[in-house]
Amino acid sequence: MANIFSEKQCVISGIGQSEIGRRLPRNGLQLTVDAVKQALDDAGLSRSDIDGVSSWPGQMQHAAPGFSPVSITDLREAMDLKLSWYNAGIESTQMSAIINACMAVASGQARHVICFRTMTEASSMAKGTRSSVQGTGSQRISGPFQWQLPFGAFSASSWVAMVASRYMHEFGATREQLGQIAVNARSNAMLNERAVYRDPLSLDDYLASRMISDPLCLYDCDVPIDGSTVIIISHKDCAADLKSKAIHIEAIGGPLYGRDSWDQQDDLTRFGAEDAGKMLWSRTDFKPKDVDFAELYDGFSFLTLLWLEGLGFCGRGEAAAFVEGGQRIARDGELPLASHGGQLSAGRTHGLGYFHEAVKQLRGEAGNHQLSGERKLAVVSNGGGNLSGAALLRSD
Amino acid sequence: MTDTNALEKTVGPTPELDELNSFFWSSGADGQLRMQYCEDCQYWQHPPSVCCRKCLGEEITAKPMSGTGTVAAITVNRMPWMPGLKIPYLLVIIELDEQAGLRLTSAMPNAEPGSVSIGDRVKVFFEQREDVWMPFFELQ
Repeated sequence: MANIFSEKQCVISGIGQSEIGRRLPRNGLQLTVDAVKQALDDAGLSRSDIDGVSSWPGQMQHAAPGFSPVSITDLREAMDLKLSWYNAGIESTQMSAIINACMAVASGQARHVICFRTMTEASSMAKGTRSSVQGTGSQRISGPFQWQLPFGAFSASSWVAMVASRYMHEFGATREQLGQIAVNARSNAMLNERAVYRDPLSLDDYLASRMISDPLCLYDCDVPIDGSTVIIISHKDCAADLKSKAIHIEAIGGPLYGRDSWDQQDDLTRFGAEDAGKMLWSRTDFKPKDVDFAELYDGFSFLTLLWLEGLGFCGRGEAAAFVEGGQRIARDGELPLASHGGQLSAGRTHGLGYFHEAVKQLRGEAGNHQLSGERKLAVVSNGGGNLSGAALLRSD
Repeated sequence: MTDTNALEKTVGPTPELDELNSFFWSSGADGQLRMQYCEDCQYWQHPPSVCCRKCLGEEITAKPMSGTGTVAAITVNRMPWMPGLKIPYLLVIIELDEQAGLRLTSAMPNAEPGSVSIGDRVKVFFEQREDVWMPFFELQ
């Protein structure tokens, strides 16, 4: 396809990830610096090469403790970075750190951009604040949350559960089918020494676990962690000078075509995945059948079903049948999913963790959890609700 | 009509009233649900906004509704997210009779979990919470 899409000028030049844990002794900024140092070393770049920083959603420690504790200013000051371009903000799609970095590099605003996502939700929970649940204090509620929190819909687990109930009603999907997402993630996590949960999980264990918000049970929900992930986006002209194999951005996009709402969409059970799929495949000659593996968002297991449909790996309403039995999505199946354990078992790195894992697999550097055979083309997706972004990454 | 005084009050935060949403949250004072309606497009919209999202006209009024609808989606929350919350409880998305796709996320505090299904017919009732009338639903 013609080179009119600017992301094709960009590569992932380096990746880094701090320790990922349920409660770590290092604070958010320390974890971020850990991940940046590792990514610089991985790329063979020095900090003086870095001239851009990109993040999402920006620091919001006061509004949601642990959800996004580190600002660009914190990182810039800590590492004395000289920046030509920097950007972060919550009024953008979850994948915007990467999308914006690609635009900055392609337009010449910056040459090497650090993208970071840092979470300290596990430590915040230990102190009694749960960033994913709001409205439980005495303050009045304004903005979009006023349409959910006052009724007792405090958590995304309930918002997603309602849509999942509708999906099951319309398409006859079952918990046994949905459970394959969680069981598959865990079996991959057992091979990944960095995953948070590595004990075996059977479908029976899944079915017997406690319900959180019907039909979602404990294992349908991802796990809050402390940790930081860094992806460096660079111009493809520098690919030959890098220490590690550059991974190309073939296509990327994070659209918002539908209602920005959890209950007013034209179709209650599509969310934004289908729009992201449309945009992604309009920017490349590759087709879904060309994809070697997928790192699909699994903040809740149900979201993965919508991503399978939205990205065209199966038809509308067919995702539950697609994952039935688990063979098709297993590491030796036709479309391996969550090769590191996903957010369900490896931890809620909140989007960038899937890029980190896709790059490892495409380079053949995933160690014990490396997929067999040559893996050249990967899809990464981020988001639930109408937050949706998708990227297509290739190794050559 | 449910005698809500006889029932245990729900627990939850209260919406902050502003110039856009006040009509909606105080609508139950006279027992009626209201949403914005554009006479030109004959179109209902929610949440409230400054103009009709179809024609961009500003002739939108807070129009009384039947208060009836159908359960489009449902969950039983089992997590004690805040002190005083009586679990488990039913959360629903109601598709209102006035227009396909016009929905309201709400709760059914009087119904037992397991007693309500997608497709069930429901009607609104209100519970006063300070200066707000919370629109909840019950089986017709």
